[in-house]
Amino acid sequence: MPRRKGAPEVNAGSMADIAFLLLIFFLVTTTIETDAGLDRMLPPIEPPEEDVIIKQKNIFTVNINRNGQLLVEDNLMDLKNLREAAVSFLENNADGSCNYCKGKKNPESSDNPSKAIISLKNDRETKYSTYITVQNELVGAYNDLRNREAQRLYGRDFTKMEAEYLNPETPSSVRDDLKDKVKRIQDMFPQKLSEAETTTN
Amino acid sequence: MAKFTKKKDGDLPAVSTASLPDIVFMLLFFFMTVTTMKDSSLLVENTLPNASEIKKLEKKDRVIYIYVGKPTQEYQKVFGTEPRIQLNDKFASVDEVGSYILAERAKKPQELQNVLTTALKVDKNASMGLITDIKQQLREVNALKVNYTTYEGDAFNNLQ
Repeated sequence: MPRRKGAPEVNAGSMADIAFLLLIFFLVTTTIETDAGLDRMLPPIEPPEEDVIIKQKNIFTVNINRNGQLLVEDNLMDLKNLREAAVSFLENNADGSCNYCKGKKNPESSDNPSKAIISLKNDRETKYSTYITVQNELVGAYNDLRNREAQRLYGRDFTKMEAEYLNPETPSSVRDDLKDKVKRIQDMFPQKLSEAETTTN
Repeated sequence: MAKFTKKKDGDLPAVSTASLPDIVFMLLFFFMTVTTMKDSSLLVENTLPNASEIKKLEKKDRVIYIYVGKPTQEYQKVFGTEPRIQLNDKFASVDEVGSYILAERAKKPQELQNVLTTALKVDKNASMGLITDIKQQLREVNALKVNYTTYEGDAFNNLQ
């Protein structure tokens, strides 16, 4: 008769599997927080080789003074109306070459979206938060127009399409498809936001 | 007789410690993943403004950070209350921004050097003069992609 052992030893071979299972679970579920903000391109420091002549009516000037007041096209304006004013400037379509614009075709305003430039100037004493609000409204004006066209053409918002396109987790097949769409909408309303050097007075 | 050498019945076998390394590794990995590396402690006040039209900053390895704001309470005696620039973990003057960007860029792998973004984390009470100087420095070293890092929210909250 075989000798009786004590309690049988617990098999620990599968412990590693359980550990790895947990590890992978945490790896997948933990998200590392990402920063977000307004993306902008600064103008290159070398001046362009040839001087480009831009008609005054194609420039939408926004001036912020040290008290945070706005001077838009030489008129005092409230920040809340800035987005609307920028939208109507961008899609004004004075020369009629933009068939998707819904502007008023005012001959005193921009010719078409690809020529329209927004020029933003600020004082050295301007508060950063005011500047960001103005930037936000101007980017918002572009996004409003782009969203409208994206809704019309593809039935979804441009900002969502762009976010999905830029997200590295999006499968590359989806991204390739989005690339052309995003590019097309961007070309409809190219973002021309010039940040001129600050005035000191 | 042989029968008397038998083990006592109440004796428990030793607990197997073979799985202890696994548990330790599991904990280690867990903490490795959830911990975000804070590469510099903040020396300046950094309440970011709000904005609604924001884009996420993907891929942290392609970002260079610049902090701007009033020095925090403990540094105010030495550095005053005017907004200052913080690069890595020390205060810097405007002229140092350019060389800092170049140094940081040189640290990155070759293929990333052209796609770097500069994230400006600026306190909402800073004035634009300093930011304009930084922007000028960035243009001089050809670091043209900037991101004004903000919180998500209604931009009009900034004005209060």
